[in-house]
Amino acid sequence: MEKNEGLLVRRIREGVVIDHIPAGRALYVLKLLGITGREGYRIALVMNVESRKLGKKDIVKIEGRFLKPEEYNKIALIAPTATVNIVKDYHVVKKDKVVLPEVIEGIIVCPNPTCISRKPGEPIASKFKRLSDKPLRLQCMYCGAIVEEEDILKSIVEGSL
Amino acid sequence: MWKNRDVISILDFSREDLEYLFEAADKIYEYLISSSVPRLLEGKVVSLAFFEPSTRTRLSFEVAAKRLGAITIGFSGEEGISVAKGESFADTIRMLDAYSDLIIVRHRYEGAALYAAEIAKVPVINAGDGKQHHPTQAMIDLYTVKRLYGHIDGLVYGVLGDLRYSRAASSFILALTRFSPEKLYLISPKLLRAREEVKMVLRQAGIVFEEVESLEEVIHELDVLYVVRIQRERFPDPQEYEKVKGSYRVTLSLLEKRAKPTLKILHPLPKVDEVEPRVDNSRFAAYFYQAKLGIPLRMALLALILRGEV
Ligand SMILES: [Zn+2]
Repeated sequence: MEKNEGLLVRRIREGVVIDHIPAGRALYVLKLLGITGREGYRIALVMNVESRKLGKKDIVKIEGRFLKPEEYNKIALIAPTATVNIVKDYHVVKKDKVVLPEVIEGIIVCPNPTCISRKPGEPIASKFKRLSDKPLRLQCMYCGAIVEEEDILKSIVEGSL
Repeated sequence: MWKNRDVISILDFSREDLEYLFEAADKIYEYLISSSVPRLLEGKVVSLAFFEPSTRTRLSFEVAAKRLGAITIGFSGEEGISVAKGESFADTIRMLDAYSDLIIVRHRYEGAALYAAEIAKVPVINAGDGKQHHPTQAMIDLYTVKRLYGHIDGLVYGVLGDLRYSRAASSFILALTRFSPEKLYLISPKLLRAREEVKMVLRQAGIVFEEVESLEEVIHELDVLYVVRIQRERFPDPQEYEKVKGSYRVTLSLLEKRAKPTLKILHPLPKVDEVEPRVDNSRFAAYFYQAKLGIPLRMALLALILRGEV
């Protein structure tokens, strides 16, 4: 974390700091984590602050919550540059980069309505393989449909995830 | 290399795999001609799970299995829907997995065959999943070209019709990437062009291809013309269809005027009016021969998967 950012938000005692989120995507990150604000967590959102690495970036701090492994994958989908800092007793005890796995299971809904992964009543999770990182392109392993980065963001905004 | 394999997409197979299959089919073809087919699949049970109605493909698989001595079980169309009434697809597949040595599945959802293969322990053959794959049809198509020309490489191919929704057309196009065609023309109305994921595979394989809107402009170059139907219902405006349909109809006069005398026309059948009936008895028609080759090819496929050899 850069020094000037301390001026904006206090440090947290225990929880998670998701840093280096591409500018403007902090709200999507919260949405992906299923956080609405009504859960009662103390949350700090910092958006569009200067970053040496990215030019501008967003930061999300959540007090009293940690991330499950699959949540790292979810974040990687919309914020591939993010770093996740685990804070205990005001200190960063662990720092991880998010990594998008080769195969992304059960996070994105396939856009094809006649894809088997969308058949009602079927015990099946969607499965996408990564075609490219920049820009992000994924392909449904069941029906072959290709999903572009903007579609992924859009489906997050529309809440179909 | 073939034993116990699933057949989901034609892209799961290399050129070597396919050439091995074609050799096996040649062997079976000879057995059929001399009426001396060995009962290679005696004691085996083959499931035919046709959740979507089909006559041709189902009969072709059924004959193939029975000719080799296997027993077939299964259901088709409406019956398939009632079998699965209230039951998940996954559970139906589990039942067939317990009863048989191989499952042949057709379903209107894309990806159904892959999903079945993930569930079943026995091998699964995709007999058509939605608009996506129809790999055994593509195998028959290439095998037909092989028997007609002696080779698949170096020819100029045209694929005509609904390239967007036809799984036979998509699978044939994908199958060509396993070989080295001289050139491939994708002939369709703009609305029904091949899907992006199909063209992506063509580009990766370095296939020279061109999308055109009329058969007439390219027919003189073609060695093989693969025809699939265009359904009127695909067009939002039926008048739009009326305007273009002439450009996608194969007539004998066009063939005699413009085509190479050696041009061969393939069609996965059934055909409706996309090929003029007069073409059936001409030297250009290869689709009845192609349909006939479906039996030895599918026999070879079943034998290779269940026994590893022919
Ligand atoms: Zn899909």
